[in-house]
Amino acid sequence: MHTFLAFTVVGVVTGAIYAVAASGLVVTYTTSGVFNFAHGAIGMFMAFLYWELRVHQHWPAPVALVVVLLILSPLLGALIERLLMRRLYAAPMGVSIVVTLALLVMLLGVSESIWPSQELRRLPGFFAGHSVSVSGVHVTYHQLIVLVVAALTAGFLRFLMFHTRTGVTMRAVVDNRDLAGMNGIYPERVAQLSWALGATLAALAGILIAPALTLNHQLLTFLVINGYAAAMLGKLKNLPLTFVGALILGLAQAYVIGYGGGVSLGSFRLIDAAQVVPTVFLFLVMVGMPQVRLPAGRLVAAAAPRVPALRSSLGWAAGLVVGISALSYVLSDFWTFNFALALSLGIVLLSLVLLAGYAGQVSLMQMTFAGVGAVIVGRVVGNGSLVGVLAAGLVTAVLGALVALPVLRLQPLYLALTTLALAMFGDWAFNQSWGFNQGGSLTVKRLAIGPITFGNEQAQLVLLSVVFSAAGVLVLAIRRGPYGRRLAALRDSPVAASTLGMNLVVTKTTVFALSAGLAGIGGALFSGLRVSVSPNDFLPLESLFLFLVLSFGGVTTVIGALFGGVFLALVPELQKHINIDNIQYIGIGVGAISLATNPHGFGGSISMAGEQLREAWAKRRRRPPAPVPAMTLETAA
Amino acid sequence: MTAPALELIDVRAGYGRINVLHGVDLTLPRGKVLALLGANGAGKSTTAQVAGGRIVPRSGCLHVGGHHVNGASSADLAKAGVCTVPEGRGIFPNLTVDENLWVMTHVAPGSRSELRERAFRFFPRLGQRRGQLAGTLSGGEQQMLAMSRALVSEPSVLILDEMSMGLAPLIVRELFENVAMLKDQGIAILIIEQFAETALRVADFAAVMAHGRITAVGLPDQIAGQLSSAYLGGAA
Repeated sequence: MHTFLAFTVVGVVTGAIYAVAASGLVVTYTTSGVFNFAHGAIGMFMAFLYWELRVHQHWPAPVALVVVLLILSPLLGALIERLLMRRLYAAPMGVSIVVTLALLVMLLGVSESIWPSQELRRLPGFFAGHSVSVSGVHVTYHQLIVLVVAALTAGFLRFLMFHTRTGVTMRAVVDNRDLAGMNGIYPERVAQLSWALGATLAALAGILIAPALTLNHQLLTFLVINGYAAAMLGKLKNLPLTFVGALILGLAQAYVIGYGGGVSLGSFRLIDAAQVVPTVFLFLVMVGMPQVRLPAGRLVAAAAPRVPALRSSLGWAAGLVVGISALSYVLSDFWTFNFALALSLGIVLLSLVLLAGYAGQVSLMQMTFAGVGAVIVGRVVGNGSLVGVLAAGLVTAVLGALVALPVLRLQPLYLALTTLALAMFGDWAFNQSWGFNQGGSLTVKRLAIGPITFGNEQAQLVLLSVVFSAAGVLVLAIRRGPYGRRLAALRDSPVAASTLGMNLVVTKTTVFALSAGLAGIGGALFSGLRVSVSPNDFLPLESLFLFLVLSFGGVTTVIGALFGGVFLALVPELQKHINIDNIQYIGIGVGAISLATNPHGFGGSISMAGEQLREAWAKRRRRPPAPVPAMTLETAA
Repeated sequence: MTAPALELIDVRAGYGRINVLHGVDLTLPRGKVLALLGANGAGKSTTAQVAGGRIVPRSGCLHVGGHHVNGASSADLAKAGVCTVPEGRGIFPNLTVDENLWVMTHVAPGSRSELRERAFRFFPRLGQRRGQLAGTLSGGEQQMLAMSRALVSEPSVLILDEMSMGLAPLIVRELFENVAMLKDQGIAILIIEQFAETALRVADFAAVMAHGRITAVGLPDQIAGQLSSAYLGGAA
C-alpha cells in the first residue's frame, strides 16, 4: 500500500506538470490555430534561462521566477508571433508544422550554443530538502507546489477563456478571424497575447519538471512533448479532458516504473518500456480517437514547380553520375566519403519527396525506416549483400504499409504527431537488445555484388550516385504517371479524390510502403557507407532535420533532396573549419523559417527560375517580325 | 455640404493575380440606402470587402465620412463606424449567443448587459437561446444574431452582404423591416443582393454592377426597368 501511494504521488505530480505543458499548447492552438511543435523547446529554453539566473547568477528564486515567467517568456512568445506566426495564419497546415518544427530546432541550437551540453547542470526544486509526510509517504514541498500550480493554472485558464472578454475574444478570433476584425478586434494583438500566455505556460512546465532530471536540452524538449499526448485526448480544445489525459499519463508512467520490474515476457521487462509510455499513449489516442471532421478541401499553391520529362530527367541523372564519378578522382578520401554520405541521405530524402511532397503526407519518422533498413542489412539478411539491401527495402516497405493502416484517416497535423511518436518508439526499440546490438553500434559491411565490391570511398560514391540518380528518375516517373496524379489528388483534396471514386486506403498504403522501402534502402546504403552505425544516427531529431531541410530545399523536387543531403552531410564538416557551434541547427531553423515566405523552398525557386528563363527564351524566338498596327486591330474588331 | 458616408473613387482591387474591380465609383450619402445589384461574379462582394477594409484596393480611394482610409484594417473601420455583416453567417459558431454579443462590445457602446438587453429587445428569440452555441441556431436565428451587431453598435455605415441568402421569405421580410428601421435612425446602408426585388423596396438609390464596373446608377424604379438587360450583360 505504501509503495502504491508513493508511486501515485509521483504519478500525480508528473501528470500535473504534463497538464501545465499541455494546457499551454491547447491555449496557443485554440487561439491562433497553430500547433506549436516548439512548445517543448520554449519550455526547455526558459528552464535553462531560469537555471542561469537562479543557479549561475545566484538570483533569489522569486526574482528569477518573475523575470523568467512574467517578463522573458511572454516577450519570447510575443516575438515568435510577431516574426513568424503572423505570416502563417492563412498558410496551409503543412507550412505551420514546418515553421514550428524549425523553431524547435533553432531553439535547441541556440540553447546548446549558450549552455554547452558537456557541463552538467542541476536545478534545485523549490524549498529543496523540505517535505511533509502524508500517510507515511514523503511529499516534497516542490511536489506540493507543482500540484497547487497545476490547479491554479486550470482554474485561471477556465476563468480566462469563459468569463473574461479577453478570453472570449481569443476564442472568437479562432472561430472566424475575418469576422473578429469586423467586430473591431485586432486579431494579431489577440494572437500575440495568446502566444505570450502559451510561452509562459511552457516555461512554467519546464521549470517545474527540470529539477527531476539534469538539465538536458533534447530530453527537456522532447519530454514536454509528452504533454502533446494529453492535449490530444482533449482534441487540442478541451482543457478538462487535457488535464484528465495528463493525469492518466503521469500515473501510467509511474506505475510502469513502480511495478513493471516484476512483469516480463521472455527477456522483455515491462519496466524497460517506461520511457515509451507517453509515446504509446499518444499513438493510442491518435488512432483510437474519433477524428475531427475533415475540412472541405482548400486549394493552396496552384503554381508548383514543373516536373521534368523522362528524357530530361534521364539526361540530368546521367550527368550527375558522370560528373560525380569524375569528381571522385579529384577529391580526397575524406571529401569523397562526405559526398557519398550526402547522396545516401539524399536517397532517404527522396522517399520523403514522394510521401510529403507528392502525396502531402507529413512523416517525421523517415530515419526510423532507414534505421530498420540498417538493422536488416547488418544483422538479419546477408550482411553487405545485394539481397540484404533489397530485403531492407522490402521489410521497411511492409513496415511502412503497416504504419499507414492506423494513420490512414489522419490529417497532416495528427499524422506528423503520430509519426513523431513512432519515431520515438523506434528510438527506444533500436536501443533494446533486439534492435541494434546492446551497447549501441552495429557493423555493416559494404556492398558486394558477386565479384564486384564497393569497398573503397570512391566506389561507394559512384555506387551511391547511381542509386540516387535511379531513385530520382523513378520518383519523377511516378509523379508523371497516373499513380502520381492520384498522389496529387490525395494531397490537394482527399475528400474530392474519394468522392471521385479514388480508393484512399490503397493509395495511402502504397505510397507509405514505397516511401518506407526507399528510405530502408537508403538506410542500408547509408550504414554500409558508414560501416559502423548506432541508434544515435537514427534519432527522431534526425528525421526532423530531414523533413526540415527538404522543406527548405523544396519538398516537391529532386534538387531539394540533393540539396538537403549535401546540407546535412557537409555542414557539420564545414562547421569544424569555421568554428561556429551548432551551425546546422541554426541554419536549418533559419532556412525553414524562410519558408513562411516561399512555400516551394530553394529547389522550387531554382526550378521556377529555370522555367521563367525558358519561357522568356521561347518568347524571344516566337516574337513576330513586325508589330501589327493598332488601326488594323480596331477595324478588325 | 457634408461629405458622403462612404465613397469609392476609381477603385481597382482583386485577389492575387486576378483583378476583379476595374475602376468602381460609388457614393453612399448619409442616411440613405443604396442597393448594389448584379449577377454572380460581377464584383459586388469584392466591393463590399473593399468598403469593409477586408481587401486593400490596388488603386483608387476609399473615403469614410470624408476621410481617406485606404489601407485601414477591418478592425480600424469597424471602430470608425463601418459595420459589415458579411456574406454567409456573420457569427462565431463555437461561441454561445451570449458570448457572441459580448464580443460586440468591442464596437458597441454600453456595458455587456445593456447590449444584451438591447439585442434581445429586437430579437426576443435570441434571448431564449442565449446559452446555446451560435452554430446550432437555425439559419434565420443566426442572421438575426449577425444583424444584432448592426442594431446595437450604432454605426454610421452599414454594409449588408447577401443578407437574404438561403433564408425563408418570412425571415427575409423581418430582417428587411429592421433595415428600414435602421435607415430611419439615419444610418447609411449599402445592401448587396443578387435578388433585387426586396432590396429595391427599401433602397433610395440603386446601382448595377457587371464585370467589375458600375454600369448603371439611378432611382430604384429606373433601375428595376433596366435590370434584365444588366443581368444578361447587354447594358452599357
